[in-house]
Amino acid sequence: MNARRIIALTKKELRKTTREPAVLFLVILFPITVTFVFGLAFGGIGGGGTTSFDVGLLNLDATSPQADWSLAFVDNLTTSDVFVMHAFADNDSGHSALLQGNLDAFIIIPEGFGDSVASYYGSPFDPSAWTNSTIELYVDSGSLMAVSAIPPLVQEALMKAIFGNDAMAIGLPVEIGSPGLVESSTFTQWDFMAPGMFAFASIFLTMIVAQTITGERDEGLLKRLKTTPASSADYMISQTASYMVIAALQVALVLTTSFAIGYRPGTGVAGVVFTFVIAVAFSLVAVGFGLISATLCKSAEAATGVSFIFIMPQMFLGTFMPLGGAAEAISKFVPTKYVTEAITTLFLRGAPITTPVIWINLAIVSLAGLLLVAVGTVLFERYGSH
Amino acid sequence: MSESAITVTNLTKRFDDVTAIENLSLDIGWGELFGVLGPNGAGKSTLVNTLNTLLKPTDGSATVDGHDVEFDPEAVRGVIGVCPQEPAFYRFLTGQENITLMGEMHLVPEAVLKERVRAMVEKIGMEDHINRRAKDYSGGMIRRISMLMALVNDPKIALLDEPTVGMDPNSRRAVWDFIRELKSRGKTVILTTHYMEEAQELCDRVAIIDEGHLIELGSPAELIEKHKAKNLEEVFLNLTGKQLKEAV
Ligand SMILES: Nc1ncnc2c1ncn2[C@@H]1O[C@H](COP(=O)(O)OP(=O)(O)O)[C@@H](O)[C@H]1O
Ligand SMILES: [Mg+2]
Repeated sequence: MNARRIIALTKKELRKTTREPAVLFLVILFPITVTFVFGLAFGGIGGGGTTSFDVGLLNLDATSPQADWSLAFVDNLTTSDVFVMHAFADNDSGHSALLQGNLDAFIIIPEGFGDSVASYYGSPFDPSAWTNSTIELYVDSGSLMAVSAIPPLVQEALMKAIFGNDAMAIGLPVEIGSPGLVESSTFTQWDFMAPGMFAFASIFLTMIVAQTITGERDEGLLKRLKTTPASSADYMISQTASYMVIAALQVALVLTTSFAIGYRPGTGVAGVVFTFVIAVAFSLVAVGFGLISATLCKSAEAATGVSFIFIMPQMFLGTFMPLGGAAEAISKFVPTKYVTEAITTLFLRGAPITTPVIWINLAIVSLAGLLLVAVGTVLFERYGSH
Repeated sequence: MSESAITVTNLTKRFDDVTAIENLSLDIGWGELFGVLGPNGAGKSTLVNTLNTLLKPTDGSATVDGHDVEFDPEAVRGVIGVCPQEPAFYRFLTGQENITLMGEMHLVPEAVLKERVRAMVEKIGMEDHINRRAKDYSGGMIRRISMLMALVNDPKIALLDEPTVGMDPNSRRAVWDFIRELKSRGKTVILTTHYMEEAQELCDRVAIIDEGHLIELGSPAELIEKHKAKNLEEVFLNLTGKQLKEAV
């Protein structure tokens, strides 16, 4: 292993990035463009203009003797800045409005809602005496923003309706405080998506690595290097180092672009530095998958195709695509998920840098990266380099 | 310094069902310009690729500068310069950058490297084109660049696999002059070719190989004399009953 060789090979790789138009596009122009377009489309400009949601409402308890409770709940929803309420007379019309995209959510207050609350106040400490009821909340699952923002806001309105503005006043042992939810009313959809952009940009490095290595193999360059004193460690380290540099550059590009169109992450310098670190760690994952793709493939074209086996799940399960159910469970095996989770924790939730979960995420990404590079190197040396 | 620059002892190399080299022995002295002459498929590349450590012998052994190619490949790589038959180069780098990169792989000191690249480029007649991207070069330019990539470490032993194949006459002259100059500086050069005039023109000795076997060894003059032939082409014809080159 030799530093001069590694630096020379790294320089070579970085020159390729700036000189090969296809690489330049994928590594640099693509992240800028996607950030710019999505940022504008989903409300980056102006640093979080207020979003509002169209919410349909069917109150089946409006005429009961205990109607005050449901009316108070509806009042709270109506006075919130975030909801524009639309009354519906029946179930079907509300659902069809939701399906057609005219509503972001549809709320059905059941018959007996007021009785239910009244039964609670009748014997607050005896759950067996309560008559339970369930508010049905349907959210447009096609809107990430709606899925993430509406349920907690509705919950908040409900709590206020039942317990009043000041829960302490009625002597409950538990205070319901949710300051975060109040703030969420000023988020734009981009605030939810932006953290996923960082992993999204770097995922495609897998393809570049796979193409580079198969290309160099097919053109005889790997053999040529093997007749010099350069070792395969020199080569592999230079590959890894190059894509670490590129991943850091991509973070800078995504940050700058989104900042330019008004995005303001809820974090400070430490959070930004952390983002660079976790993106650089993630580049190891990309290099590892690239090596594995190169091992599996005889040509650069085939390697491009195979690299998508690794790119697709990471794109859909680990960036800014909304998840639920099985996808959520599978995403546990996708490294990008941890990158996005950490950055979301910092940028969206404004968590401090000392938050354990982000460090756990970083550890998972780093370990996965080191493991994949090691496995990829061994596989490539054994089966892929000839 | 080892006694011989290169020794090849009972070397056999098989690929699955093909025997590319069979029981071949050679001894190449320091400072020799040694030609390996044979038709396509004779086993020339297999021989040089064994010497440059890319291939492992199936049987027998070879040493370069006294280092066993199979068991001490790192030491071998430190003393050789390798020009592969198919010129391998980075398309997105300039000629200059390609050559310099190889020098860096050999850890040629920076100042030496810069001056050496300049001098080599001038000698091979590429100074007007050296800062262009390699993807824009003609085939002859690529071969010249590839040759400089092989020699930028100023190796004791140069292994050149058909360096002039498909070259226009001008480029070929430039490369020949370059090779002669290597020899004049005391370098050992192994040159494979299927051009008999190239071997005749340049080499101190030639080994004629066919189908993996060494069939004749000696200086071009000796061989022509011994076989009462007009040139090496005829020597080969006498030995094998075959033409050395496909009819053009
Ligand atoms: N990697 C390989 N796998 C299988 N056969 C090979 C390989 N390399 C060379 N050969 C075979 O070995 C023989 C000698 O090839 P080569 O050394 O390239 O000849 P030359 O360089 O003289 O044209 C040929 O029959 C060729 O097909
Ligand atoms: Mg050959």
